[in-house]
Amino acid sequence: MQLASVDPQLADLSNKLIYSAMVVYTLAMFAHMIEWTFGSKGAIAVRSNAAAASLSETVATASTKAAKKVTVTVAGTGGRTTTLTRTAVAGEGATVVTSGRGADEVDGPGAAGTSERADLAGRIAVSLSVLALLLHGGGIVARGLSVSRWPWGNMYEFSCAFAFAMTASYLALLAWKKNVRWLGLPVVLAALLTLGIATSLLYTESDQLVPALHSPWLAIHVSTAIFCGGAFYAAFIATLLYLGKDSFERRTAAGLTTGPLGTSASIWRRLPAASTFDKLSYRINALVFPLWTFTIIAGAVWAEAAWGKYWEWDPKETWSFITWVAYAAYLHARATAGWKGRKAAYLALAAFACWLFNYYGVNIFVTGKHSYAGV
Amino acid sequence: MSKTTTEAELPPAPDDTEAERLSTAPVDSDGPTGIGVIGWARWMWRQLTSMRVALILLFLLSLAAIPGSLLPQNGQGSQAALKVVAWKAQHTTVAPIYEKLQLFDVYSSVWFSAIYILLFVSLAGCIVPRTWQFVGVLRSRPPAAPRNLTRMPVYAAWRTEAEAEAVNAAAHRLLRRRGFRAHLSGDSVAAEKGYLREVGNLLFHLSLFALLGGFAWASLASGTAGKLMIEGEGYANTITQIDDFSGTPFYTSDDLDPFYLKLDAFTARFQSSGSQIGAARQFTANVEYSTGSDPTQTKQGKIEVNHPLEIGGSKVFLIGHGFAPVVTVKNAKGEVVYHGATPFLPQDANQTSTGVVKVSDYGVGPDGKKVQLGFTGNFLPTAPASFENTGPISLFPDDAAPMLVLNAWAGDLGNDAGRPQNIYQLETRKMTQLMQDGQPARVRLKPGQGWDLPDGYGTLTFDGYKRFVSLNISHRPGNEVALTGAVLAILGLIGSLFIQRRRIWVRALALPGGGTQVELAGLSRSESAKIAEELAELAVDLQDDAPATDDASAADGSDNTDDSDDSDDSEDPGPDPGAVDAPSEPAPADLNSKE
Ligand code: HEM
Repeated sequence: MQLASVDPQLADLSNKLIYSAMVVYTLAMFAHMIEWTFGSKGAIAVRSNAAAASLSETVATASTKAAKKVTVTVAGTGGRTTTLTRTAVAGEGATVVTSGRGADEVDGPGAAGTSERADLAGRIAVSLSVLALLLHGGGIVARGLSVSRWPWGNMYEFSCAFAFAMTASYLALLAWKKNVRWLGLPVVLAALLTLGIATSLLYTESDQLVPALHSPWLAIHVSTAIFCGGAFYAAFIATLLYLGKDSFERRTAAGLTTGPLGTSASIWRRLPAASTFDKLSYRINALVFPLWTFTIIAGAVWAEAAWGKYWEWDPKETWSFITWVAYAAYLHARATAGWKGRKAAYLALAAFACWLFNYYGVNIFVTGKHSYAGV
Repeated sequence: MSKTTTEAELPPAPDDTEAERLSTAPVDSDGPTGIGVIGWARWMWRQLTSMRVALILLFLLSLAAIPGSLLPQNGQGSQAALKVVAWKAQHTTVAPIYEKLQLFDVYSSVWFSAIYILLFVSLAGCIVPRTWQFVGVLRSRPPAAPRNLTRMPVYAAWRTEAEAEAVNAAAHRLLRRRGFRAHLSGDSVAAEKGYLREVGNLLFHLSLFALLGGFAWASLASGTAGKLMIEGEGYANTITQIDDFSGTPFYTSDDLDPFYLKLDAFTARFQSSGSQIGAARQFTANVEYSTGSDPTQTKQGKIEVNHPLEIGGSKVFLIGHGFAPVVTVKNAKGEVVYHGATPFLPQDANQTSTGVVKVSDYGVGPDGKKVQLGFTGNFLPTAPASFENTGPISLFPDDAAPMLVLNAWAGDLGNDAGRPQNIYQLETRKMTQLMQDGQPARVRLKPGQGWDLPDGYGTLTFDGYKRFVSLNISHRPGNEVALTGAVLAILGLIGSLFIQRRRIWVRALALPGGGTQVELAGLSRSESAKIAEELAELAVDLQDDAPATDDASAADGSDNTDDSDDSDDSEDPGPDPGAVDAPSEPAPADLNSKE
């Protein structure tokens, strides 16, 4: 950990890789935009296609009548229901079919609608994102190797790792066959924004660390913090989309034909249902909250070793605490009558605002013990 | 539904609302319960321990923590205290108001304390009844099946030829195998799983008390001492030999851990190239120490930035370092009147240091009167070639081109009056600056060089320099308590957030016209869709023992022709073998609104 030297070639390679990743992310962003644009034409075609599909399936089910089949009725909010059908055919695995009754509860088909051209653009976008992620990861590794330490010792490095965590989680979900491609555009945009800020405003040359950062806790505390950041970001996007889709659903119910803020209805129709977004953001936040708790505690243990006091209300500590309490309030709200839905979503936004301020605001505007090396 | 006919055979209506409560969260209620003072007190207590107030208090707590991060705070060491003074000097109009509002002591202020104390009172009032309630839940059976299972959020049903009793028994067995706590009574099975969620939740909230306890213990029984030590020096850890001490009611200067500590050597390494030139890379203090009981038995130790040295109940932290120039002063007769190393305090990242050399025992001056000398100035570990543009500043934190820059004063140092004096400042009220050629006398010395003082005051030689370290000797109990609380809190949270508590009911009833109706229903927190799948899996398993009859009415989902959006998951429009028609619109199950 205490090699004083810096390998300038590796450091330079790292920069080039990060810039290349940004270029490829930009291409991925364009491909996603094309997906969304073409998809809007296909959306109308969904209806007629659906009718044809069910015809052919009737034939298929008729021949497997011996299957054990269960239909579970699931009650949703506002009197809507969905049903889930599980069929177990002898010798074959079970299949689950979920479908909805009550149109608004249903998830949209995704950015591409049913347009094949849009779907192709979306696939290209995902491939480009994978390529960008590889370049991005290479940049981070090269940065770490150039100084023989964990590559998150300053704001520039945090930001690179953080954008990486975000894109990687999204692509991992895709690889896991989760239906999240509609997240592609916001995720790629967020990654570009983070990397843009990192390379333009926060750039620091590759170098060794001040002694306060020589600790295995750097790897533990900072990497969990970065992961939490990426996940909170994703939950934030889901919360925003929830609010948007919820408004859209209300507007539709009220007979309006456009989305909130004059956005096109086609976009909202292709997105998953509001309740899906709501659940997604809750799940991510609930998943990350224990990890965020751990991050703060790991930081406190580190502070104890470095400064002799595990908690000193240093600005960074304070804002981590504020963020923690804000997310705790959000989780409470979800369990409290009358606070679900939009109200809880606003709390989630406030909690994320605290997190953002902790990340950028505290490092840049407030001086404390957490300001080292460069920014 | 053909249910009306069987209703008479049902057991007495169970408390459906009770069955639907999946959390021991307090139920919010409004309005005073009872009259008079006691009624109001009870009402206030209910409010305080309600989820709504807990939520508001949490929100207030995060708001209240904000000002402390934006304004300098007292009680965070001497540097922070200096910042408070500086801030007050800059903002003279608002400072007194802020002072009154305790904005410089946010985290010990009345209002901040009030919020968290209320929160913890609320928590205690919430958690204790919830624990009892939960113990009660564990000791009783899972709540019996509600009369109307179709009201439950997930529901499935079919008809079979199998005996109702056999189906119930099979369901009981299957649920047990799946790890449910199941109970078979009469015509139905009640099962529940995921109690660890509630355990986790209670554990989490309880361990917050451990955290608070650890905090409280630390703030009542800890103390820190500061000590500046030059290489080669040693000291005994008693109040007379340390530089400063701040204690608490249960840890006073009498309680200091008795030990002896000596600084053998201090090594510092810095970045010597690149954009972060001058950034610190390594600090190590090599020390020798012995504990109170046996001063002859010394041990070797090392103190680094992230690695304090533990001696007895105290930890010794390395918090700063600097240089101490060694000078010798001789009077006009050539007698040594002063020799020693004086710590100069670093002012910037490049260790531009300032300090004072006080020669109290100078004796008689050139004019035959008793006099004292004082020297103020800078030590620069790496001095620039010329001060023309910069003044005396150091260019690099390590000793690449060390230089001592001094001014000289003569007169009365003012330290005889018994007033406490800052050893890093020169009290110049009763002193005059020595002049040379009409200018204040000033000299730049490299190690080994000497200076003939003006007006025949003798000589000063800059012999060399040593390094010093600033140590923080800290005694803080309660860390283990807080850490245990923190670890338990995380474990509790994991249980509370990742485990689903859910109930499943199965009811098989013989139909009057022959055959058996099987109904399954499930309930869990609305956030999870898993319960539907779990119920479906259970139903598929149960069909081994209770195969569905083919001649039944149309499947529940078959009327879904209006379902037009999805392409890949369109409904199977064929008849569902043996399905009893489920209600087309089960009641919305907003579970938590009932909690
Ligand atoms: C000291 C501050 C508190 C913190 C940091 C805190 C934090 C949390 C968190 C993070 C959860 C989420 C776990 C989950 O959703 O299961 C939770 C749940 C819960 N909290 Fe607190 N809490 C605090 C105080 C309180 C108080 C004062 C009450 C009583 C009014 C309370 C009652 C509950 C209940 C009943 C749940 C579980 C709700 C459910 O069943 O999901 N908490 N708390």
